Amino acid sequence: MSGTQDVLPIASRAVKRGRRWPDWAQHLHGSEFAWAIAFVVPYAAVLVVFALYPVLYGLWTASDPALYAELFDSDDYFDAVVTTLIYVGVGVNLDMFLALLLSGYFMRKEWWVKALLVISILPWALPAQVAFISWHWMLIYPGFIDSLSWNIFGVDGPDWFHNYWTSLGSMIIAYSWKNVPFWTLILLAGRMVIPQDLYDAAEIDGASGLRRFTHLVVPLLGNLYFVCTLLATVWMLGDFNTPEMVTSGAPDGSTDVLATMGADLLLEKGNPALGLATVVSAVPVLIPIGILLVRRLQVREVQL
Amino acid sequence: MTAVVTTAAPALRPPRRPNYRRRRQLAKAGSAALGIVLLIWWVLPVYNMVLIAIDPTGSTEFAGYIWPPAPTLDAFHTVLFEGYWYLRDFWRQFGNSAYIGAATMVLTVIISSLAGFALGRMRLSRGWIVSNAALLIYAVPAYFLIIPYFRLMHSYGLMDSLWAIVAIDVTFAAPYALLILQWYGRLIPIELDEAARIDGATPLQVYSKIYIPLMAPALAAVGTYALLVSWNEYLYQFLLLNSPGKKTVAIAIAEFFENDDSPWNLMVAAGLIYSLPPIVTFFALRRYIASGLTMGAVKG
Repeated sequence: MSGTQDVLPIASRAVKRGRRWPDWAQHLHGSEFAWAIAFVVPYAAVLVVFALYPVLYGLWTASDPALYAELFDSDDYFDAVVTTLIYVGVGVNLDMFLALLLSGYFMRKEWWVKALLVISILPWALPAQVAFISWHWMLIYPGFIDSLSWNIFGVDGPDWFHNYWTSLGSMIIAYSWKNVPFWTLILLAGRMVIPQDLYDAAEIDGASGLRRFTHLVVPLLGNLYFVCTLLATVWMLGDFNTPEMVTSGAPDGSTDVLATMGADLLLEKGNPALGLATVVSAVPVLIPIGILLVRRLQVREVQL
Repeated sequence: MTAVVTTAAPALRPPRRPNYRRRRQLAKAGSAALGIVLLIWWVLPVYNMVLIAIDPTGSTEFAGYIWPPAPTLDAFHTVLFEGYWYLRDFWRQFGNSAYIGAATMVLTVIISSLAGFALGRMRLSRGWIVSNAALLIYAVPAYFLIIPYFRLMHSYGLMDSLWAIVAIDVTFAAPYALLILQWYGRLIPIELDEAARIDGATPLQVYSKIYIPLMAPALAAVGTYALLVSWNEYLYQFLLLNSPGKKTVAIAIAEFFENDDSPWNLMVAAGLIYSLPPIVTFFALRRYIASGLTMGAVKG
């Protein structure tokens, strides 16, 4: 930590006057080049053997057009696509917006806010399997939420998993519970980089809290917010744990998403090629996200 | 003169100011109230787990109680002393989980820091291919590769091997780790490497004596991130590990669901014990993690 603080001023000066790379690093040759290759080889090997090859293998296995014809004829697939779109579309935006608001709350100086920031990381550090089983049992009827509702208000709690919308909502809530703290931490770091002078100037100009938020924080955090939204979309699109453990598709498999449907076709229905086609069908969505990620994140920092 | 003083007196009276003190107190009260709501929100599912674990039968929550009538720690005792069928190898399973977690952590840190050094500090020509490939791979969601992995681990001879899980976890943790390390590496002036090179240090010495010590917060962050990836992963363990000696705690917990009458208090107690390593690691390293994960990621 202290090392970082020592380094920061020097680093910012280096950034201001433009990066100057030493000659030995600009034109690697001989043993330098061999060292650099040796350093990269383990990472590249993992990438090729355990990522690139499986991806190509998957695309090749799912390359039969008949699989997609079968898939597009299936109502289950259509339902899974719609559920995935709602789950990811609502979930990601809700998560990021809550994280943006919470990051503002965590800028406050009170001691309990600082203590809460530490506690808020607990959901992120808790294993997904354990956390989502707990969510399932909290929401099941009769479960803990029902018990609370009965003991405090004297009314029965809702049966979350009996209705499509409440079931889908429970998945989104449970996912938010686990992931919002992580995004809050990232956006909090972004807010801390905004110079205090700007806040002071806005206050002198008479900007209220809401105007400071809309005219200062939102424009300055916009880029970071966008990058986090892309990453959150990728993570949530591939999320298997939440739908599987919180609702298990209830009611009647209607809340299955593409990831759980693909796994179900492999593990339960013994149709791996169709399962693979299910997940490969999301590639048209993933490609633009991947390209945007590469363009926005490529080696440079996320500009505020 | 007197008249002037008399008329000027009301003008000197301080203007009415908004009641800042009251506003501050209201904001503080609002902040405290929101804090309590957030505390309940974040702790409630954990409380629910504790509630089930300390219930003698593990069915309290289904009986309308919000605190068990006769709380007991017997479930934890049973888990710790392997006193139930599904948990008869609990410590071996815990060891397997810890082995996968530690190996993932160490390998992710080593592999991504070596690559981060070569790409970010040595400016390997065409290194962008590796960086971009990593980012593209990162856009592939983990569970979209279930079926290829299932087939490929057969052909790699890694079925029922802990190393299959380690390899998968490292694959999914490494791209983000490389990204964080490359961002954070920008904070360290290249002049340090240059000075060491002029003094005759080899690239390996620059890596081990300058890069690694200065990157400590980011390395702690990516190491913990890798541990969390491996601790959160469950499906591949369930899919690829079959023999009793290779099972992990995540698989043991999943096995409870094979029977509707399973003692849920034991399952939750095992889950709570299983949750401790990542939580302890996270809180032990949280100062480093906060700066390591975020400091390099934003630039004012």
